Amino acid sequence: MRPSRREAIAALVGLPALSSFLASCREAPERPPFGGVIAGADVLRGHRIRTGELLTRPVARRESVGVAILGAGISGLSAAWTLTRSGFTDFRLYELEDDPGGNARSGENAVSAFPWGAHYVPVPVYGNAALETLLSEVGALTGRTPEGEPEWAEEMLCAEPEERLFFRGIWYEGLYPRAGASRQDREELSRFEREMLRFAALRDAKGRRAFAIPRRRSSDDAEWTVLDRISMREWLTRSGFSGARLFWFAEYATRDDFGSSLDDTSAWAGIHYFASRLRGASPDGPFEEPAAFLTWPEGNGRLAKHLVKSAGNRIVTGAVVFDVVPKAEGATVRWLDVPRNEVVEVTARHVVYALPRYTAARVLAPWRENPPAFLRSFEYAPWLVANLTLSGRPADRGFPLCWDNVLYDSRGLGYVVATHQGDRGHGPTVLTYYLVFAGEDPRKAREKLLSATWSELAQAVLADLSRAHPDLPSLVTNVDVFLWGHAMARPHPGFVWHPDRAALEQPVGRVRFAHADASGLPLFEEAQDAGVRAAEAILAEEGERFTSLLA
Amino acid sequence: MTPSPVRPGPVYLTVLVIATCGLVYELVAGALASYLLGDTVTQFSLVIGIYLTAMGAGAWLSKFIERGVARRFIEAEIAVAFLGGFSAPILSFAFLSPRWFHPAFYGLVFAIGTLVGLEIPLLLRLLRRSVAFKDLVAQVLTFDYLGALAASLLFPLVFVPHLGLFRTSLLFGLLNAVVAFTSIRLFREEIGPPGGLVARAALVTVLLLAGYASADRLSDLSEEQLYADEVLFAKSSAYQRVVLTKNRAGFQLFLNGHLQFSSVDEYRYHEALVHPAFALVPGARRIAVLGGGDGLAVREILRHPSVESVTLVDLDPMVTRLARENPLFTQLNGGSLLSPKVTVINDDAMTWLEKGTALFDLVFVDFPDPNSFAVGKLYTKRFYGLLKRRLSPDGAFAVQSTSPLFARKSFWIIDRTIAAAGFATRAYHAAVPSFGEWGFVLAAPKPFDLPARLVPGLRYLSDETLPALFSFGPDMARWEAPVNRLHDQVLVRTYESEWRKFE
Repeated sequence: MRPSRREAIAALVGLPALSSFLASCREAPERPPFGGVIAGADVLRGHRIRTGELLTRPVARRESVGVAILGAGISGLSAAWTLTRSGFTDFRLYELEDDPGGNARSGENAVSAFPWGAHYVPVPVYGNAALETLLSEVGALTGRTPEGEPEWAEEMLCAEPEERLFFRGIWYEGLYPRAGASRQDREELSRFEREMLRFAALRDAKGRRAFAIPRRRSSDDAEWTVLDRISMREWLTRSGFSGARLFWFAEYATRDDFGSSLDDTSAWAGIHYFASRLRGASPDGPFEEPAAFLTWPEGNGRLAKHLVKSAGNRIVTGAVVFDVVPKAEGATVRWLDVPRNEVVEVTARHVVYALPRYTAARVLAPWRENPPAFLRSFEYAPWLVANLTLSGRPADRGFPLCWDNVLYDSRGLGYVVATHQGDRGHGPTVLTYYLVFAGEDPRKAREKLLSATWSELAQAVLADLSRAHPDLPSLVTNVDVFLWGHAMARPHPGFVWHPDRAALEQPVGRVRFAHADASGLPLFEEAQDAGVRAAEAILAEEGERFTSLLA
Repeated sequence: MTPSPVRPGPVYLTVLVIATCGLVYELVAGALASYLLGDTVTQFSLVIGIYLTAMGAGAWLSKFIERGVARRFIEAEIAVAFLGGFSAPILSFAFLSPRWFHPAFYGLVFAIGTLVGLEIPLLLRLLRRSVAFKDLVAQVLTFDYLGALAASLLFPLVFVPHLGLFRTSLLFGLLNAVVAFTSIRLFREEIGPPGGLVARAALVTVLLLAGYASADRLSDLSEEQLYADEVLFAKSSAYQRVVLTKNRAGFQLFLNGHLQFSSVDEYRYHEALVHPAFALVPGARRIAVLGGGDGLAVREILRHPSVESVTLVDLDPMVTRLARENPLFTQLNGGSLLSPKVTVINDDAMTWLEKGTALFDLVFVDFPDPNSFAVGKLYTKRFYGLLKRRLSPDGAFAVQSTSPLFARKSFWIIDRTIAAAGFATRAYHAAVPSFGEWGFVLAAPKPFDLPARLVPGLRYLSDETLPALFSFGPDMARWEAPVNRLHDQVLVRTYESEWRKFE
């Protein structure tokens, strides 16, 4: 039934005008005049875990390994990287997909490399040994000044112009909609910025920052963690903010970082987004610039590739892990070897469970029988990422093309330009478009997303962006769409500092968890920290000598 | 059947119009030739000579037309309307192709002249039956010469200043087309069914109208208003709008509306850019020029006999092609880009620096001013850091650095940024009337003394005046400038705010 389906897609992208747009496409040929595919996670592979059908399959072969790392996203890869750095190589990484990298996966075509998900890392403002070590390995951290300040590779820091907003038909610099803002609006923004500086400067009695990266370094004083109990919208309202522009600005931040609306985001997490990236040294001075971003054409794919390389040939892809049984002296892991279609049983002394936590209810044997109640609180936002290859630059009005380009009246997050770093300003390029389903029931959004055809999704993306770039359809040569069913865990109110969530971080026997969702904040730094911690704990148990990166 | 006599009154008006048109085409060709090729006296003489000869040829050819005189006359009108009307666009277009320019130019002038030469003899024959011969010759030639007077007065005083050459020639082409239509009516009895003629005249009219309309749309109007002088060439490349203008003093190149040089005083700029650096590295052999696609810096570089190779890296092939092939350019740059020592590479300078490894003794950085982020990146610490990797340890480089007077802060940001990339720098300035007071930065990996001995034979610089270039008065004084970086392009913002005061 075409029409209803199209209307569903229009509703999905959240564009009222799109219903009629898609209706008008009904007569048009099914395929738009450019190429593309739906890329992304193989839904069927994951589905085989849910049905439980694999549990009854006979084991075809057996193997044993010191450490079995389940999942080759950033946390699993970071665990492997930590082990390798210490000379411990008796491990294997098992990855469901054909490509490792998780949310930091990337692609490449004749025009440019481009991200499929996460695409930047803010430079750490208060030191982060693990991150700095990694950034130094990829050439982003080039050295230190005599005062000990890190020096960053200029070509990897996001080049100016950084971000712009399409607002009332024109592009403006920055993400706050300044055009036509009243004095009251400007005062609200200024007060908001000062509030964030104040939060950034807060320290508890033990000297811990109130909002730190990684999250576990933050103060757990109830004075501030109480903010986790209310939503970001509630905090804004309680703090006397009322302007639509400020609410938009704050919600853009929560949508962009967490895939959630102001109502779905814990105030603690919302404030963390702003305050953790500031030094907060001068609460009464002018608003200091947030930390600069490090970015690459392939986004965090640059970091993922480096980690994959360091893991060498110890990554097994197409491996559907469906059963983990903790034992007295380790664990047994069963996985389906997809290319050979046979079940393999691994005996490991240690397991790093670097898969999203929701899978544990199906995979971890004790939890299959008796899942912890809090597991149901993990809520994952579905995302759509589209990479649009263009033959040239779209024409537009106002501030010139930036790294990050956001449309005010869109539920999409806008797009980043893959060729931005070292861009010559002309010629073919790749735009990476992000759409997140904030404020929607994730399950329903996921179902709508997965039932759509490539043509419908590609046209919906174009329709959204064409409002700012009418000539876009004539420039597009390819649109690849990537569907993330469970892109990231949302830090909804009550999630981040819930004692039950902290309890879920505890190992089950020798199965250790390592995933950004365990921290409550879906950030690269959290994923890396989780992986490094799990690996260092194992190294310690194994009696290996190593230099900790958790300083 | 003998056709009834033609009323002579409208025919005399026709003579007036076609005579005006004929002379306008001659003036268009003469003006374009002198704009494009310089040397006004020669070009005007040549065009007038060729045009008059062609008119003679047309008159002679008219005797071979035995029958259907009226039809042939109207066909000639339609052809003149097309060729004459489009003469300015065609001639300007031909200018882009140096090999074909001369044959195309004189061929077109001859063709138009021949057609115009046909007109009056044919008209005389058409009126022969209606008017006594002595009156006929007197009247027709009177209006012919009156038309010439009208054209010679209107062309320079009204049409060129208000419409420009393109639209002037297109407008007179339209007048010729009107004559074709009125003649079809006037001579309807002699030509019989006019079907094909009307269609052809209509087609040419439509083409001319379209040409006229698009001449407007292609921003010629705004460009001619924007540029005080005659626009010789205006084209958008993949990267920028390239416009060449001409006035009495010389010609000028504009990129995106910003003056790059004027032929009158560019030698001051290019001598100042090139020779002080050579004084630091005597015997420099391998030279790179980044930007500077006009070939004028290369002209100065080639004065130094030690130079073995010059690599010019400019993003825009349209500019380097103009510099290599356009006669105005090759005259000014002495064909510098055609020298066997010179290699031209069309690439982004930053990309080129990054991907290569060859070292250079001297590098000249001659980019447009940092008026956008895309250009601003070529003035960052990262850029100078990449440049350092391509400079031999005893090498040096010079950078055009905008005006230390109009954009004092910007100028010193550039100097500070180069220093931050690990170079010793010396800033200097020169007076270039077309630009005003202009600034440069000389830089080398090792500390250096001020340059003292220049190559002999320069027009602007001398050993005596050189030290004065390196001192700055209070209105251009150094300030504690920040460093310009890719992720914090303070230069572009400063530059914009400084120049806004002067615009």
